[in-house]
Order: sequence, then structure tokens, then C-alpha cells
Amino acid sequence: MINKVVSNADEAIKDIENGMTLMLGGFGLCGIPENSINALVKKGVNNLTCISNNAGVDDFGIGLMLQKRQVKKMISSYVGENAEFERQLLSGELEVELIPQGTLATRCMAAGYGMPAIFTPAGVGTEVAEGKEIRNFNGKDYLMEMAFDADFAIVKAWKGDTSGNLIFRSTARNFNPVMAMAGKITIAEVEELVEPGQLDPDQIHTPGIYVHRIFQGENYEKRIEQRTVRTR
Amino acid sequence: MLDKNGIAKRIAKEIKDGYYVNLGIGIPTLVANYIPEGINVVLQSENGLLGMGPFPFEGEEDPDLINAGKQTITTLPGSAIFDSAMSFGMIRSQKVDLTILGAMEVSENGDIANWKIPGKMVKGMGGAMDLVASAKNIIVAMQHVNKAGESKLLPECTLPLTGIKCIKKVVTELAVLDILPEGGFRLLERAPGVSVDYIKSVTAGKLIIEGEIPEMDV
Repeated sequence: MINKVVSNADEAIKDIENGMTLMLGGFGLCGIPENSINALVKKGVNNLTCISNNAGVDDFGIGLMLQKRQVKKMISSYVGENAEFERQLLSGELEVELIPQGTLATRCMAAGYGMPAIFTPAGVGTEVAEGKEIRNFNGKDYLMEMAFDADFAIVKAWKGDTSGNLIFRSTARNFNPVMAMAGKITIAEVEELVEPGQLDPDQIHTPGIYVHRIFQGENYEKRIEQRTVRTR
Repeated sequence: MLDKNGIAKRIAKEIKDGYYVNLGIGIPTLVANYIPEGINVVLQSENGLLGMGPFPFEGEEDPDLINAGKQTITTLPGSAIFDSAMSFGMIRSQKVDLTILGAMEVSENGDIANWKIPGKMVKGMGGAMDLVASAKNIIVAMQHVNKAGESKLLPECTLPLTGIKCIKKVVTELAVLDILPEGGFRLLERAPGVSVDYIKSVTAGKLIIEGEIPEMDV
């Protein structure tokens, strides 16, 4: 099998340069590539365009990159719960493109499936449609949305093997599989890295062909954004 | 007049056995508490879960298991997990039977505005634009008037739109109304103790009143 293993996050992201476009998996703080984000903060690379459903919170996730002014532009569907984000947006330091969540996911999917564009009804008749081609199919209007073009996709999986096959856990799956398919170079960090043969081929969510670099992350915090419980 | 739970309780009556339902944040989330006994419903959470269960018991929270509101939740026997593209695939292809969401404004032709107030920090539309553009049946749960006392049921929305000609029914603390294909809010039911005249006075859009309007059964 082809070996995709790199020693750690620093090595995985070593050739990410200023001005690049990155996809970062996760929904809220669930299933985010914590180790890679920390490594990007440490490296200090800047002027980045980040495609990610959310922008983290002030002191965790992509919020850490915002604190260091590493992000030039965010492409997201929902960016609440982040005071530093709001400050940079209002002062004009940060550019933000808000797009519907399904459009975000499907533009990733299109890239991974080798399709240049998709047609979606989301945003027809709204400001999201401004400047976009509209086509009518069977009496309904659809917007043409382009596949994303990202230099790197950075995802977090539960288990992976040395040849890059990935298995996600629970709703930490979210955007990770579609982003894994969409990067020119895809970096996967996993909680548990195993040898080929230890994962059941029938259970693989992302085949290793889509993954270029893989490493076992450490010290996962897995912060909970909204802790909701019921009483016994 | 109903409180938030009353609105949720009334909307729960719209849910039929075998429905797949997507609940938005706010009042819609409360609907899950009032699904009638014997009705089997599967709740979809657009971050990638079918079969959303209740909040976990204290100490059993799993950071990998959240709903679209980023709250810790549980799965149920028969739950399924999938990625975000498939999640919106099932929404776009109308496999989800009913979407319930909140709104800032609804117009008499079924337009909805619920994501952006000019001049205020915009957080984003999340999955709302995808849901309203594709759902075969959408019910809006909202207050009849805004904090300034102005009607939220309008001839035309004034705020930036989330979707056009998509809302079929509105349930407020005062009334149940459906939106006719040719336009207009048709008053179906009034909340206990609320008069038709009062509903008229707080509905800015075209209000259609046919015959006696029954009181809601909640």
C-alpha cells in the first residue's frame, strides 16, 4: 500500500503558504482539525482564504487564526458566536462571503466528483443570486454555483490507516468527507492511526485515494459549544 | 393568546405519522416536545443526522454528537449519520416531508425573510436558504408582531429575503393562517380568547376571512 503518513501537523502543513485557499472540515467546533489549526497558528501563515461552515469561537478553532490576523477571507454559512470575528468584519479587516450551507457542501462535493458546477434552488430571488447564472429546469429556477478550488483541504477523522482510508465518528463527520474529496492536497488528522487491514473496507467513508497526508493527532480537546443535558 | 410552547403544541398537530421533519432553532425546536403519542416521526438535523433523540443525561454528553444548533444530543434506535452534502441532498430532493422554521417577516405571496437585518451583524443563513428553496411543506413559527409592535405578516417583505414563494402556513401566538397560491393570508384558526378583529389589526398583509373562524384546539 502507498504510505501517506507524515510525523505530525507541522510536517503536514509545511508547504501551506501565504495567500492560499484552505478548506477546513467541521460543524461548529465538532469534528474540526484541531492539531492542524494549531500548527497553522504556530507557523503564522497569513492572507488565507478559509472555506469552512463556521469560524470557530474566540479562543478555539478558526478563532485562533483570526486572533493572529491570518485570515483574509472566510467563506462560510454561519459565523456567529465570535466577537473577534465580528470586530474584524465591522472594521473591514476581514472579508466574508456567506453562502447557503447546502451550497457550501455541494460545491465541495462537485470538486470531489470532478464536476465544474452545480445547480441549486437555494438563494433564488435573494441577494445570493446576484451576478449568478439562473437556469430553469422543469419550471423551477436554479442558480449555477461553481465547484470550489482549494489548494488544501484539512479534515479530521476518527480512524485512518497509513494509506489514507478514513472513518468518521458520529456527527463529527459533517463536512469532512466532502472536503477531503475536494482539496488539491488533502491532509487528514485522525484520533487513531492504524495499519492497512485493520479497517474493514466496507466501513471506509473516505477512500485513501483522496487523502495525500495523514497523521495521528494529539491532545484533542473536542470542546462542546452548547452543552445541553436532561435530568435523570 | 399562546405562549411559545403553545405555538409549538399547535404546530405539532400538523405532523403526520411517518414524517421526516426538520426543525429550525427557537420555537420550532420545542415542537419535538409535543409530538402526539402514537405518531412516528424522524427528526432530521442538517449537520448530518436522521433520528435525533433528546438531550443526553448529564455526564453522557458526546462532543462528536450535536444537532444543527450545536447542542449536545443523542441518537435513537434506527438513527443514521451522513455527511453534509448528503444531508442537503435529501433536503433538495424533497425526502424531508416538513420543515418548521422561524421568521422575521413573511409576505402574503409566501416570501420569507429570516437571516439578515441591514446595519446589524450578519451571522449567516446557515441551511435556511436551502431548506426554504426545496422543502415541499414549510410552516413558519413566529410572533405575529415584532418588538416594535409592527406586523410581521406583510404585503411584501422589507428585509433581505431568504426565499421566495415558499411558505405555506404560519402559526403565531394569535392565529393559524395558510398562504393561498394566488396570494393572501387565509385565517384558519384564532388562539383562545383572540378576536378576528384583533388579528385583522395586527396583520399588514392581505387577510382573507371566510365564514366563522374557529378557536384553536390546544
